[in-house]
Amino acid sequence: MSIISISNLNKSYASGLAALLDINLEIEQGEIFALLGPNGAGKTTLINIICGIVTPTSGRVLAAGHDVTRDYRHARAKIGLVPQELTTDSFETVWATTTFSRGLFGRPPNPAHIDKVLRDLSLWDKRHDKIRTLSGGMKRRVLIAKALAHEPQILFLDEPTAGVDVELRRDMWAMVRELRKSGVTIILTTHYIEEAEEMADRIGVINHGSLILVEDKARLMKKLGKKQVSLHLAEPLATLPEALRPWALELKAQGKELTLTCDAERPTATYDLLRRLNELSIVYTEINTHQSSLEDIFVGLVSTRS
Amino acid sequence: MNFEVSRFNRHGVWAIYRFEIARAARTLVQSLLTPVLTTSLYFIVFGAAIGSRMQSTSGVQYGAFIVPGLIMLTLFTESMSNASFGIYFPKFTGTIYELLSAPISPAEIILGYVGAAASKSIILGLIILATASLFTPLTILHPLIMLAFLVLTAATFSLFGFILGIWATGWEQLSFVPMLILTPLTFLGGAFYPINILPPIWRSFSLFNPIVYLISGFRWSFYGIADVSVATSATVMLGAFALCVGTVSWIFRTGYRLKN
Repeated sequence: MSIISISNLNKSYASGLAALLDINLEIEQGEIFALLGPNGAGKTTLINIICGIVTPTSGRVLAAGHDVTRDYRHARAKIGLVPQELTTDSFETVWATTTFSRGLFGRPPNPAHIDKVLRDLSLWDKRHDKIRTLSGGMKRRVLIAKALAHEPQILFLDEPTAGVDVELRRDMWAMVRELRKSGVTIILTTHYIEEAEEMADRIGVINHGSLILVEDKARLMKKLGKKQVSLHLAEPLATLPEALRPWALELKAQGKELTLTCDAERPTATYDLLRRLNELSIVYTEINTHQSSLEDIFVGLVSTRS
Repeated sequence: MNFEVSRFNRHGVWAIYRFEIARAARTLVQSLLTPVLTTSLYFIVFGAAIGSRMQSTSGVQYGAFIVPGLIMLTLFTESMSNASFGIYFPKFTGTIYELLSAPISPAEIILGYVGAAASKSIILGLIILATASLFTPLTILHPLIMLAFLVLTAATFSLFGFILGIWATGWEQLSFVPMLILTPLTFLGGAFYPINILPPIWRSFSLFNPIVYLISGFRWSFYGIADVSVATSATVMLGAFALCVGTVSWIFRTGYRLKN
């Protein structure tokens, strides 16, 4: 079941800039969806439209079945947003600002829930501290606590780990997984491809305002991800022997390196090649393998389509 | 995680209201003591020092005559600055994203911000009234009408401040209207003198100043004396209130300076 349904969504600014072009997207309940794209691609605009911060030019967005413009009260009550910028009320305490957020989203006071959110985010010890005294990482946690204060079903994380140290990043990943377990749908934008690779169920790639790809992460990796096997040869080859033509091979490093690009359709290609090399008495001294990361795929996608 | 979403977000309104009141409590000296001290100085200078040498106006001693005008002056400036700062600060810091993404209607947002700003300035007005009574004997002939004028003026100027806070793109603009428009209009609006002592031409000019009507009506509730009829004052007040409500409604309908 789709928890977010976007159809024919367009956004043009008064300056004439077309920020989003005919976006159609379905996000399933309980999934972690990563939205990737270079700076200015339209990721934040898309999130801001769903959350009610930016007005769409045309199109329709449903959140938990409610139109985000016409039935904004029901739609927004289901959504929590962690913005990209560290925008906090510097003079408020952690507890006060989190309690404020819960009230603002129409929920009755529930100190036990606020208590739990702050403990889960390791903010409990800082609950009486003013936000301006906290580190950048802690402020990021406060923003997450504020977004979770009203128990949303959908959580948007816009660049959640930007400027966050490795330890905190891993804590956040763990927290996101816990949230998903409790049934929360998570949509995140990130520059860290490893973050999407680590956490996402599905990936969407946006570039120049268009959604150029939406795919299951595993399928995307399989479809577009390349696996390569490189063999360091004992003796350089002048040309690729005719007997090796059936394999997708490339001769590199002045004939000293033979690189095979694997094909998912031919799972035994490496084994067959090694056997053939033995038959041809071509000696290799070293074998290296390389699997393309989501980053390679992303860079490839964005550069070919821009 | 499923819960009823009510048609009126009372928790949201209360959250904004409490937040704004807490902000005033954090800056108690600036919010409370400064206006009280400034107004007390007016009483000392104009009421006790100079006022004792002035003639009474329609049987009201000068020190007592200026009290409604001074309360109004505080009400105008405090309502405006509280409400304008209240909405401008989230715009400035970026925390307005939370307000715009919350399930809260424009009317509820206004109720929270304007309600808090008006409450603060009403409390302040009453404190100044109490302070004034220490300097000069006061009578309030129509206490209910006085309260009605007090509340309506505080609400109107808080709405005006809210509009100013949304319109402003910098701190300078935020102080421009109160300092360069409102304060001169108040001083020339009969806060310290009855406008009928002016030469006829200046008296006619004064009638274009809306502040004259507000101060006159408020003073009438104290002493039963007025520069213009109390019905006209009430009409101008209600008109100004309606104009501000209409402008705020337009702002939220169009997203002017709030949304892209």
